[in-house]
Order: sequence, then C-alpha cells, then structure tokens
Amino acid sequence: MSYAAGDRVRARAGDPDHHTRLPRYVRGQAGDVVARLGDWVLPDASVAGLATTEPCYAVRFAAADLFGSGDHTVTVDLWESYLERA
Amino acid sequence: MSEHDHAHDEHDEGEHHDLPVAARVRRLEERLIAAGLATDEEIDAYLGKLYASASPVNGARMAARAWTDPGYRELLLSDGNAAAAELGFHDLSYQLRVVPNTPDTHNVIVCTLCSCYPVSLLGPSPGWYKSFAYRSRTVREPRSVLAEFGVALPEDVRISVWDSTSEARYMVLPVRPAGTAGMTVEELAGLVTLNGLIGTALI
Repeated sequence: MSYAAGDRVRARAGDPDHHTRLPRYVRGQAGDVVARLGDWVLPDASVAGLATTEPCYAVRFAAADLFGSGDHTVTVDLWESYLERA
Repeated sequence: MSEHDHAHDEHDEGEHHDLPVAARVRRLEERLIAAGLATDEEIDAYLGKLYASASPVNGARMAARAWTDPGYRELLLSDGNAAAAELGFHDLSYQLRVVPNTPDTHNVIVCTLCSCYPVSLLGPSPGWYKSFAYRSRTVREPRSVLAEFGVALPEDVRISVWDSTSEARYMVLPVRPAGTAGMTVEELAGLVTLNGLIGTALI
C-alpha cells in the first residue's frame, strides 16, 4: 500500500514493544498525506540490525483531532507501515 | 550559576540544564569505543568537522537569497538540498525541507521525540530546543509557546507545526521584513536570526 498527497490516512494505534518513531500523540488519529518524502530505513527495523527501507510521508493532523482543542496543524513524518488508509 | 544559565532557565524552567546529559553522552561514547565501533579520535574528528562550519549564518544566507531571487526561492522550497548546494553547503546528511512563512501562515519546527534539526545550516541547537517543555508544548499549544518567545501572531494567522521525526530536517523561511527594499543580500542575511529560521521569532 503506498500513498499520495491528499490521501486520508490513520496512524496505527498499537503500542509496539520495540523502538519506533511513531509518536504516541498521533497514534490512532487520522490525517492527510501532504508529501511523500523518500524511501528511508525504518527505525523499527534498524534497531534490529535490518536495513529495511520504506516510503516516508509527511502527514498533517488537525490539533483539534489530536488534543481536543487548538486551531493549528501538526505535520509529522511517518513511515508507511505506521499508516493505514482512513 | 552563570548568566548563560539564567537565560536558559527562562524557557525550560530549570528542568534541563542540570540533567547529567554530558555524563550520559560520555558513557555512550565509552560504550561505542569499548565495542570497537568508533575510536575517541574518530568521534572528536567527526564532531570537529560538523561544528567547524555549522552556523545559522548558512541558513540566513539561504533565506536572504530567497528573498531577493525568485528562482532561488522556488528551488529552496522544492529541493532544499539543491538550494543548499548552490550556496556551497554540499552533502547534507538529511533531506532539507524549507517551509515558507506567509502573511497567513506561520511555521514552527520541533522534534518531539529527540532534537532533530539541520545542524549544518543552523549551528548547534539551542538548549531550549532540546527541552521537554518546548518539545511537548509546541505541538499542543504553539500560540502560547510563541507568545513566550515574544511572537504575538494575529488570531487569523494559522500556525503550522512541523514535528521532525525522520530523516527530513526542517527550516523556516521567514517573511522578508518591510522597509528592506534597498538592502543588499548580505545586509538582509544579517537580519535573519536563528530563532527566525526555527519559527520562534519574526524577522
């Protein structure tokens, strides 16, 4: 599954038992892909000694969705396996 | 406590400067050396090279050029690495993404998970950038954080926060100040501050 700018995606809700770069505050939340950044080594794999690469996306979230208040947006860079289609 | 420490406290409320970070870094270095992954000399050489040329003057030159050269501005916003290389900043170890402030939108950069930041273009990151207070509050209440930095934005200016969690590093292109039409690119670069390039100041 790969995504393009404009796609609505949801960050995975699970709490992995290993290193990850999926910040807790976006888990389970839906946002919009604003850009595909590049194919980079997945940090979750890197700590296991693997060089698995995945597309990484800039995903924009509404603060009101994340925190229940605020009129700003927060854009977070997330690897493909952190995401599912919303 | 030095004057520097006092200045530092204003933004992180004393919760960061007395952490034994230096001791922790030293222990990590010792583990790397013990494991045969690096030598003391290699670590020193790497840091020396990194910090010898790393300065916010670099980012400031890029911003000033973008203010005076529409073609360069376009390149800066579409391919930050190519724009950096054009001013002599080659082989960045990250993808540079430059986000432009406009009269409608103000951008601010944070790294909630650690302290990712384009060191080679902005110089060593400020202590507050690495503080828990800045990292946790900027995504949640950026308007309040910016107000504490003295940035009072009109209510209708939208705030866009960029949380740098991957290989991409972000830099803000500030709005060119009014009344600078006659200035040279060098004079303009002299106006651009580090905080302006992070988004915690206006220029």
